[in-house]
Amino acid sequence: MSGKNNASVGSRLLDLVRSNAVPIMFIIICAIFIPMSGLSNSYLINEIVTRMGRNLFLVLCLLFPIMAGMGLNFAMTLGAMGAELAIIFVADLQIWGIPGVVLAMILSIPFSAVLGWICGNILNMAKGREMITGYILNFFMGNGVYMMVVLYIMGSIIPIAHASIMLPRGYGIRNTVSLLHMRQCLDDLLAIRVKGVKIPVLTFILIGLLCLFIVWFRRTKLGQDMRAVGQDMEVARAAGIKVDRTRLISIIMSTVFAGFGMVIYLQNMGNLPTYTGHSQIGMFCIAALLIGGASVEKASIGNAFLGVILFHLMFIVAPGAGAYITEDTMVGEYFRVFLSYGVITVALIMYEAKKRMVKSKAGQELAEAQVRAGKEAAK
Amino acid sequence: MTNNSAPLLQMQNIKKDFFGNQVLADINFTLGAGEVLGLCGENGAGKSTLMKILFGMDVIRETGGYGGDILIDGQKVEFKTPFDALEAGIGMVHQEFSLIPGFTATENILLDREPKKKNVISQVFGDRLDTLDRKEMERRSAEAIRKMGVEIDSKMVISSMPVGHKQFTEIARELSKDRLKLLILDEPTAVLTEKEAEALLSSIRSMAAQGISVIFITHRLHEILAVCDKVVVMRDGHVVRDVPAKETSVEDITRWMVGRDVQQSAAAQTHGKVQGDDAKTVMSIRNLWVDMPGETVRDVTLDVKEGEILGIGGLAGQGKLGIPNGVMGLYEAGGTVEFDGQKIPLNSPRKCLDSSLAFVSEDRREVGLLLDESLEWNIAFPAMQIQDKFLKKLFGGLIKWRNEGAIRDVTNKYIQELQIKCTSSQQKAKELSGGNQQKVCLAKAFALEPKFLFVSEPTRGIDVGAKSLVLEALKQFNRESGVTVVMISSELEELRQTCDRIAIVSGGRVAGILPAAASSEEFGLLMVSQVI
Repeated sequence: MSGKNNASVGSRLLDLVRSNAVPIMFIIICAIFIPMSGLSNSYLINEIVTRMGRNLFLVLCLLFPIMAGMGLNFAMTLGAMGAELAIIFVADLQIWGIPGVVLAMILSIPFSAVLGWICGNILNMAKGREMITGYILNFFMGNGVYMMVVLYIMGSIIPIAHASIMLPRGYGIRNTVSLLHMRQCLDDLLAIRVKGVKIPVLTFILIGLLCLFIVWFRRTKLGQDMRAVGQDMEVARAAGIKVDRTRLISIIMSTVFAGFGMVIYLQNMGNLPTYTGHSQIGMFCIAALLIGGASVEKASIGNAFLGVILFHLMFIVAPGAGAYITEDTMVGEYFRVFLSYGVITVALIMYEAKKRMVKSKAGQELAEAQVRAGKEAAK
Repeated sequence: MTNNSAPLLQMQNIKKDFFGNQVLADINFTLGAGEVLGLCGENGAGKSTLMKILFGMDVIRETGGYGGDILIDGQKVEFKTPFDALEAGIGMVHQEFSLIPGFTATENILLDREPKKKNVISQVFGDRLDTLDRKEMERRSAEAIRKMGVEIDSKMVISSMPVGHKQFTEIARELSKDRLKLLILDEPTAVLTEKEAEALLSSIRSMAAQGISVIFITHRLHEILAVCDKVVVMRDGHVVRDVPAKETSVEDITRWMVGRDVQQSAAAQTHGKVQGDDAKTVMSIRNLWVDMPGETVRDVTLDVKEGEILGIGGLAGQGKLGIPNGVMGLYEAGGTVEFDGQKIPLNSPRKCLDSSLAFVSEDRREVGLLLDESLEWNIAFPAMQIQDKFLKKLFGGLIKWRNEGAIRDVTNKYIQELQIKCTSSQQKAKELSGGNQQKVCLAKAFALEPKFLFVSEPTRGIDVGAKSLVLEALKQFNRESGVTVVMISSELEELRQTCDRIAIVSGGRVAGILPAAASSEEFGLLMVSQVI
């Protein structure tokens, strides 16, 4: 009997490791890289705190679609675009400081909501393929619609008063819009220093409020409906829950909060890279969430916090570690890009594999046989 | 106008055809308040279709609606969606569970009908942002469970529940609706243990006493006699009998259902072959454990002799289903299994199929069938993939073509042998009724021409007529092809009709092996010997 018990303890431990494999792997990587990078602890802590303030809000937005069973919301980029449009208008109005940030957040709501509504409706037509659809949609909106609006329509059709943010040719927005007068105004207000580490208290309060909102939201009727829809759309529909509408709301909420998150992100950076600012946001936020131990169908606030810390710790130390190993900083740079794409790929593969396994092992068996037969036929 | 004399439900001349294929004709019956109506008939007799019409399911409207009238309390109604039917006080528990796996029983019972509390935010943004009133939810679900009269844990998550409790959760959900006047139960006892089924029957009685009418569909005829006020028997889309339950018997109902005499309880017949100790052991299982939820196998040691039919019986949840699932590699397992003197690696279904083992799963919808494919594909696919049967080779095997002709021949052969009711061998598997799907699963395994066949619950959810056909086909397959068959079933009677020896599993272990001729008392004792 005791042998069996040991085996079950062992297997439970193995299960624990297996289900947290990704965070554990990254903790090990960071533990190896930190001494190699030669960076001081206070520098690291300072950087991590700054980056948590900058990114956490954005990462938390991803939780709503996961709750509704729509997977990782690659289309959260749409919210970032909404925020960028809002920031451009605020910069043009020359309203800076806290009022500028608040105005940008308010202005971003209609942009994000409309974009989220479009996105949600499209995703409702593509049930079961939300992630790839969202991903392509974000390319189309980013490289197509957003660029057209900012590059051609602004200044020519939409009046832009200040030449300083416009391209010299007279229409279109410059590659970089300076937000110098807005830079870290949110972070600095109420900021405190602990042993040389600046803590942006107000930003963390906003993040805390979003966390509270998420916790509260799970207990509302809508949150309950989202969880139901996320687990089984057919059953939820049979019970009378409006499935499509619930999914739509979850995407709109995610997009609108992503807009707020992007405003926080931009005020921290202090400038707006007009055409590239949003392009990596979705990817990096998703990578961070996954590194925190989330999966496509399950994610918590804890995953978001842990993920942001680990992902950015790796980001900070990787170039130094790369230089230490190969005397070439580019290797470290390459390494962190490699890892962030790698972790997303692995997470998606694991998700698909698990889905298939759960659906039916025998079905998988048949599918494999089919592939084999296909290969044989191809020979 | 309230018409007290009108019965709760009247069905008048209900007709239904699926694209010219008449499945229901002239259905008439009435049901009073607080009455229990037993509906029985062979698979494909039209019971499910009739209930779908009554419940306003989409599939009926999509296929052209129905003819005839449904009257509730004397008023003609026409349900366009199931929600209309719910509104009118009709609840239905389907054969397939409709539950959210990650929710607790309470959350499922009150799904989309949760009691809510207002708050500031919901005043502004609408009532979907009301918070759930968990206390009230617990109270309401506890009340529904009490009304049902069967104890289930309201805080347990559905996915970790045994199958019977899922069924009770569904029933409690219907009972928690205040308007409920008529409850349709579609084969609710098929997945229950005998004790749970007993509990359900008494709960049906108490529902009826509270004025709720029940339509009870089942293949277990003695249950109908035990609880129903009247029995409606259907055959080939017609109501052939509508009689009070008191005036009939299991034999009568069986005769009406199949339209011929079915020989029942041919138990203890001798099979001619008496297995001596000298018969070769074809499969030996040593210390097998299987981690199958709800059917855990702890330590099974079992020898199967060549050419016999070995039955494995036992109560639900004691692990009898785990044995084939573990040996065939569908659930995580350990121990050693030798087949024909060779060790079989566990947890690897392909290896099992390669070594001429075949398995007809109890879970025919998930594991057994490609529902969207034709019967031909379903029957021929495994044989084609695993054994290269039904393939024409070109260029010395470089290119393989399917041999459609051979596939059709073999499919038609099995359609005839097993009397599968279908329009043609091209029909999709999902369009068949439950019993006929089961026959297709068997045909699929037969087409593999295995040396060894596991059959798990071959008669679950099948009517008496089909049952004897399936059992007969198994026996014939065993006799004529010399295939060793291991049959797992919860129904002792059919094991005794079919098998040479019967092993009884209790508490995840083999409690004992008896010849089929042993008395029911001996089997009964073994069944409960090690129950956990």
